[in-house]
Order: sequence, then C-alpha cells, then structure tokens
Amino acid sequence: MSPYEAILLTIITASTPLLLAAIGELVVERSGVLNLGIEGMMVMGAVCGFAAAHVTGSAWLGVIAATFAGIATSLLFGLLTQTLMTNQVATGLAITLLGLGLSGLIGSGFVGLPGVKLANVSIPWLSDLPYVGRLIFGQDPLVYVSIALTAAVAYTLNHTRMGLIIRAVGQNHASAHALGYRVVAVRYACIAFGGATSGLAGAYLSLVYTPQWIENMTAGRGWIALALVVFSTWLPGRLAAGAYLFGGVWILGLYAQGMGVGIPSQLLSSLPYVATILALVIISTNRRLSLINTPASLGQGFVPDR
Amino acid sequence: MKKLLTTAASIALVSALSISAVAADKLKVGFIYIGPPGDFGWTYQHDQGRQAIDARLGDHAETVFVENVPEGPDAERTITRLARQGAGLIFTTSFGYMDPTLNVAAKFPDVKFEHATGYKRTDNVSTYGARFYEGRYVIGQIAAKMSKSGVAGYIGSFPIPEVVRGINAFLLGAQTVNPDFKLKVVWANSWFDPGREADAAKVLISQGADIITQHTDSTAAVQVAEAQGVYAFGQASDMAAFAPNALLTSIIDNWADYYVDRTQAVLDGSWVSTDTFGGMDANMVQMGPFVNMPADVKAMAETTTAAITSGELHPFAGPVYKQDGSLAAAEGEVVDLGTLLGMDWYVKGVDDQL
Repeated sequence: MSPYEAILLTIITASTPLLLAAIGELVVERSGVLNLGIEGMMVMGAVCGFAAAHVTGSAWLGVIAATFAGIATSLLFGLLTQTLMTNQVATGLAITLLGLGLSGLIGSGFVGLPGVKLANVSIPWLSDLPYVGRLIFGQDPLVYVSIALTAAVAYTLNHTRMGLIIRAVGQNHASAHALGYRVVAVRYACIAFGGATSGLAGAYLSLVYTPQWIENMTAGRGWIALALVVFSTWLPGRLAAGAYLFGGVWILGLYAQGMGVGIPSQLLSSLPYVATILALVIISTNRRLSLINTPASLGQGFVPDR
Repeated sequence: MKKLLTTAASIALVSALSISAVAADKLKVGFIYIGPPGDFGWTYQHDQGRQAIDARLGDHAETVFVENVPEGPDAERTITRLARQGAGLIFTTSFGYMDPTLNVAAKFPDVKFEHATGYKRTDNVSTYGARFYEGRYVIGQIAAKMSKSGVAGYIGSFPIPEVVRGINAFLLGAQTVNPDFKLKVVWANSWFDPGREADAAKVLISQGADIITQHTDSTAAVQVAEAQGVYAFGQASDMAAFAPNALLTSIIDNWADYYVDRTQAVLDGSWVSTDTFGGMDANMVQMGPFVNMPADVKAMAETTTAAITSGELHPFAGPVYKQDGSLAAAEGEVVDLGTLLGMDWYVKGVDDQL
C-alpha cells in the first residue's frame, strides 16, 4: 500500500462518522427541528452496536442494534419536544448528557472486551486494482452507506414530493399545517431518521474506527457534525464536502507532524476548525443563497390549533 | 459546548455524590479524574489506587471520585465542591489540575491536597509523580531491537515536561542498541480521544514506523498496531488483552501503595507536604510481562529493568546531547532532577520540534 493510499483511507475513516451523523441532522433541521442530542444518540449507538455485536458475534446485528438505539433515543427527544413541547435546545443538551451517562452504564460490562470489526468489502479483481482498488472497491460497507444516504437525501429533498413536504414544514409550519400536512408526524419521522444515522455513526466508531467500547468514545464528534450542518447551509452536497474537508485537514495535520515539518502541533490541531470557519465565511458572503436554505421555523415548536 | 456539558455532568455527579456521603467519622478521600475509570489506561490505574484505599483502610476512610473533569476552571469548581463536602484529603490526578488545586488549597487550609505530576507545592499541597521515563528507556531498547525499519512512532498528548521526558528516555534507550534509530512524534493534543489516537497510529505506520508507542490514555493505538501487524507497548496499564500479538510489554503505574500510605498519614496526623518522585525502586513503575520477543531481547530488557531498579543505571546518564547538538550532561554526569522535571528540549535524533 502506497503512503498516498494510506492517507486517503485514513481520511475516509475519519470523515465517515461525521458525514453519517450530519446527514441525518440535516434532514431534522430541514424539517424545522434543532436536535442538539447528536452526541448522545451517537454514543448510544456506539455502545448498543458494540454490545449486540459482542453478544451475537455478528457485526451486522451490531449495526442494526445501533440504528435502533439511535432511533429510540431520538424518539425520546421527539416525544419531549414535539408532543410535550419542551424547549428543543435544552432537551437536546439533556439527551446528550443522558446518552453519555446511560451508555457508560450499559457499557460498564463491555469495557476492555474484544470487539467485532465490520469486514471490508472485497470484490474479486476490482478490489485488487492498483491505486484505486482498495480506495473505491475495498472500503467498509458503512462508507458506501454514508455516500448513498447523502445522495438519497439530496435527491429526496430536491426532487420528490416528500422532500417538498419536509422543506415546507421546516420553512413555515403554520402554512404547511393549513395546507393539510401533519407537521408533527413529519417532524417525528425526520427526528427518527436523524436518530438512525447518528446511531450508525456510533456503530462506525465502535465497530470500524476503533472496534472496542470505551466510555465517552465519541469525543465531541457529534458537535462537529452539528457544526458541519450549518457550515453546509443545509445542502447535502456541501455537507459531504465539508465532512471530507474536515477529515482531510485533520489527518493531513497528523501527517505533517509525523513528517517533522516543524509547525507547532497545537496550530495543526486547530487547522480543521480554522478551515471550516474560513469556508463558512466564504460561503456566507452570498447572503441570499444562505437565507434560501435556512429553515425559517428552525427550533420552534408547533402546536396545531384545533 | 462540550466543555460546558462535561462541567454540567461533573456538577450533577458531585451533587449526586453528596447525597450518598454519610458516616462523618470516617476520613473522606476525594479523587478527580481526567478521563473515565474505564479507559484501561491512566485513570484506570488511579482508580485501582482508590479501590486499594477502600480495601485496605475501609474501616477508617471512604472514597469518592468525579470522572471526566476537564482541566481548567471547571476543575477548580469540582475540587471546591469536594472540599466543601468535607473531604479531608483530595487527589487531583492530572497535570492540568495544578493551578486549580493550589487555588482551592489556599481557601481550605485544613484539607490536604495531593497533585499528580505537578511541581508547585504549599503547606497543604503535596506533589507526587512516578519516574515513568525509566520504563520508557526499557521499551526504547526493546523497540530498537525489534524494529526492522529502524523507525518508531510516538503518539504524544501535550508537549509538557512529563511527556517530553518520556520521548527522550525512549530514544536514549533505543540509541544504546541502534545509534541511528529514528523517532517520529505526532501530538494528539488530547489525553483521551480514541479515534484521534487511532488516526495518529495509522499515519505513523504509513510513514514507515513499525513500532508504535503512546503517551495518551486509551488502548486505540495498541489495537491499530495489532490490526496492522506492527509492535506496540502498553501505557499506564497492562494492555495485553487488546493486542495479544502486537504488545511487547507495558509500563504499569502503581499508585495503590502511595495512596494507601498517604491516607494512613492523614489518619495518623503525620501528613506533611512533600514531593514524591518514585520509580522502579519504589515499585511505583512496574513493567508488564515481556512477550512476543526473542529470548535475548527479553534478557536484555530484564537486565536493564534490574539495573534501573538497583540504581546502577540512570536513563539520563551522560553523555546526553540536545537536539541542537549542545551537551546537556557530560560523560559521568546525570541530567539533574530540576532539568528533568522542567524538560523542554529534545535529545538528538528526535524527528520533531517543540
């Protein structure tokens, strides 16, 4: 394996959990809900995925369990914010705290146990191609899932009736309600989708990235995913670009350190954030474009008037 | 944001602990951890020490701990809470708790404080640390023997003296076997981020390192080494279970005896502010089993360990050259303790700049 291949593989591994968590949150925010509980849903996915994979010996069952753990956590958020009308910001933070604590409790019996790694895809002949073989045809399956999800979300939001309804609910929930759409039901569905992808992102950490369970292993990735959604101005294509930009700068920073280039490591560690902020500033110079995609009802609860 | 959350979490945890705190006649011993006790590294070993107090002095002392406390102002609040709740002895177990510990100690003159790996003391603040660099010297020698490429990768947390000292000791050990041995350093700028530690290990391996060692707290790097077929060393705790084929040995921190002694001292009323810097001789630094290596390498490692334990060999015995070529300790001299504790320079041969 050539060094350039190794770098690209590491970049993809570093970026995929960010992309997975962020693509779900993008849909959630497009429907007008701000869920700050990504970190909590991710870490619940990580622990349940690891536990299921360890008990059954099947990484795929782990992935499924992680998805359902994410959905379950997100539905708790949905129940609180959509039905019981709690404040979305406070509830999201509470979900993160709950997830970090509860996952530690669930995972206490699984610390230090050997993990099950989700096997990489291997297509005869194609995966052995020089240079591009492992990069394009030999990744772990969740990488392809993350890319397929991004494409599916982009298509659904822009080219289908369902996407139109989601956007309408996020832009102006009163109008959407007046038109006869079930605002709360649409938001529940979007929240559950966000939970599912956050759970997948967690599974990526505990079944692919570092196949083990360690308390608090998400280490703030949920917050980076949240920032990426804003960075992308709620556009899936930009979101993918942002996730890979962040992962790329992150890994290249480590790489530069290993080369001994003599740039202070603290500066290199801050580069992904600096790059993201710079990109954000450049993008938001076009104010009109940013405003078009910003969900106008973001973070506001909706009580249907009967 | 994350910091805010962790603070909220730690405050919530402290409040929860205060409810369970009973039995006022027992000495309450508080611990502040930088990570979770389940990290199987640094915090895990401190927690083993805490449990030793419960096991050996359980009739006279009880322990409480707060995990995942970020370094900085949040630490000060958490330490204050522990002191207010009546803890008579508080162990603050990370370098970055230094100033918070001193600030709180000034407000609670009757409470005894023990700060790990720091260098500032007052009448009620002791410092303690272990000479981990002795273990680093041993694994450096093993690395140089086992490496085919002659390049090792070192994952550092933060460029503080304790970590720099470990890097230097590792390379000095390696150079006794192979004078041209190369060391690449990558800083994770975090004590605990398994993903980032794994990334760093992958990057180092792709740059030709076939030995990975780390001064961070999780087992991620060791697992990457296992997956990619290179060698690794355990840090702080015996990590053999995570890399049965890749792990050569581990440097194990043993805090249990020290914690029990200091708690006993408070119970006896004989506690005074001191500075402890124990190594293999005091059993504060232990080596794990030497495995996955030929008999001659194992014999060499055992001989070196014995020589350091008896005091016959000092890892920083001269001649020691700094990175810029200047002499830090001449032949027959040893780098003095003050320089070791404040070490802010690399020895010759490190492929990195501070």
